[in-house]
Amino acid sequence: MSIIEINSLTKVYNSLAVPVHALNGIDLSFEKGEFAAVVGPSGSGKTTLLNIVGGLDNSSSGKVTVDGINLENLSSSQLIDFRLRNIGFVFQAYNLIPVMTAMENVEFILQLQGKPKNERKERAEQLLTAVGLEERMHARPSKLSGGQQQRVAVARALASKPKFVLADEPTANLDSKSSENLLDIMEQLNKEENITFVFSTHDQRVVNKARRVVTIEDGKVKSDENKS
Amino acid sequence: MVIAIAWRNIWRNKLRSLVVIIAITLGIFAGVFSTAFMKGMVDQRIESAIENEVSHIQLHHPDFRQEDKLKQFIPEAGQKTDSLYEIEGIEAASNRLSSNCMITAAGTGSGVLLNGIHPEDESRVTNIHTKIVEGSYFEDIPKRIKPLVIGNDLADKLNVKIKSRIVVQFADVHGNPVSLGFRVTGIYNTDNSVFDKMHVFTRYQDLQSAMGVPEGAGHEIAVLLKDNELLEEVKTQTASLFKQQEVSSWKDISPELSYLNDVMGQYMYVIIVIILLALLFGIINTMLMAVLERVKELGMLMAIGMNRKRVFFMIMMESVFLAVTGGITGILAGYGITEIFGSTGIDLSIYAEGMAAMGWEPVVYPAVELETLAGVTGLVILTGIISAIYPALKALKLNPAESIRTE
Repeated sequence: MSIIEINSLTKVYNSLAVPVHALNGIDLSFEKGEFAAVVGPSGSGKTTLLNIVGGLDNSSSGKVTVDGINLENLSSSQLIDFRLRNIGFVFQAYNLIPVMTAMENVEFILQLQGKPKNERKERAEQLLTAVGLEERMHARPSKLSGGQQQRVAVARALASKPKFVLADEPTANLDSKSSENLLDIMEQLNKEENITFVFSTHDQRVVNKARRVVTIEDGKVKSDENKS
Repeated sequence: MVIAIAWRNIWRNKLRSLVVIIAITLGIFAGVFSTAFMKGMVDQRIESAIENEVSHIQLHHPDFRQEDKLKQFIPEAGQKTDSLYEIEGIEAASNRLSSNCMITAAGTGSGVLLNGIHPEDESRVTNIHTKIVEGSYFEDIPKRIKPLVIGNDLADKLNVKIKSRIVVQFADVHGNPVSLGFRVTGIYNTDNSVFDKMHVFTRYQDLQSAMGVPEGAGHEIAVLLKDNELLEEVKTQTASLFKQQEVSSWKDISPELSYLNDVMGQYMYVIIVIILLALLFGIINTMLMAVLERVKELGMLMAIGMNRKRVFFMIMMESVFLAVTGGITGILAGYGITEIFGSTGIDLSIYAEGMAAMGWEPVVYPAVELETLAGVTGLVILTGIISAIYPALKALKLNPAESIRTE
């Protein structure tokens, strides 16, 4: 069974003078262990798609099921809990908690899940080591480079052992070396731990690494290319 | 961890938080110290009224307050005074004769309250013997002299000195006019000039037969307690022991002092609540700024799974930390300064005359109760919580998906 099932998904923004059809009948599914990129020009609807799949936004019609659960049936507080337990997020602008160290940022999500302190610490150390930050665990985000912050964000996204990771333009703010480094880490985690990654991106480097590339234009799937 | 985030968050914008914290500190300090000052004045006024004027408890004939009060004496008051010592909590008791009279000296006169006392008993109950500024308190009195101790304001008014002759006129129990000659042997000075002008003292034996009351009788038995806390308890006990007499506490005799005492308890809270109300808007403003400049971060927290309750709690804790940091500093400062001045006193001698006219002492020793400070701490925490509500609700309304993309 697919981990993410999207059927006839539409999203219309009615708040503007002219209704905008951000998504116009999307049918897609993602399997466990995919390393997929959703690409398309600005305004094509890729971020909207990721927001709906991530339970951050509602659809206008159609259906999204994650691991058999129809997101539409969840209340907003259930959705928060659902996100906490099932989805890892990596954002374009890193979005770490600035007053917490790298370690605490990763631990925080485990605390929200109610994990005991020693388990939190162990997992956070393990993940930060996996993303190559064993030396910078106790630094606050302001003392880390953009690439390092984004690696902390990846560690945080993985901390809760999510069913998949949604990464919205994760390399957009990074230089090419940091981007390569980050992509290598994510690819490695994908291969070694079978973690599912879905990116939205403009970045050709991400597209090159991805094993599946879904192209969206005007709210519709234009192409769906499986490279493996 | 949410608490740790909240605490660190308030130090993200140090200057802004410090401005609010300093405002709260100053506000609470001003509230605590000004009310401690008022409370100190009131406590001293009550203490001095009890020690010099009314004592804790007084016993009278039930009709004593009626017009012809000279006749309304307590028979065998001397014995009753002695038996009062059996009640636990009573420090001392003194039996007095008392009459309104006209006092004249060298052409001027004044209406005063003449008291016939047993000096030894009286000095255990009141403090007048420590307030003698000239002459003595019924010591070494030559045999043929009737001594009189008067207040210095009255002495000034009558233009008399030690050894001056004074004539006192009153009506005895049968209504016959009596005129007695006294010599001024002592002049006292309390902090209450009204009291000093109105009260004169002589010995019991110099007045008893002239008044025509039986030996041992008295108009008033004044009782001093070991502790004011025992007031109601001892009053009840005394009343059940002396059913024939009217037993009144200082609260009954001087209701204005009792009222002052009660009001002071409320006064501090009224002042603090007004100050906190003003500070409340300052905290709301700061918290609103803190929320609005962190829209992106709050959106992220909600996106990754921090639920509404936790977000609300985090913002509330930030607000409470701001309020409590300032509040505790203010309370400690207020308490510290109160303690310092509580032992050294604040000298307001330059206003002594005006204060004495109202019965206030010229050196004020501010006083504050720890219980009151605990109450203020509670109010500060409450202020922190209340001021968080609006900013926190504002945060909860954020849409995570939109918030994350704001710049």
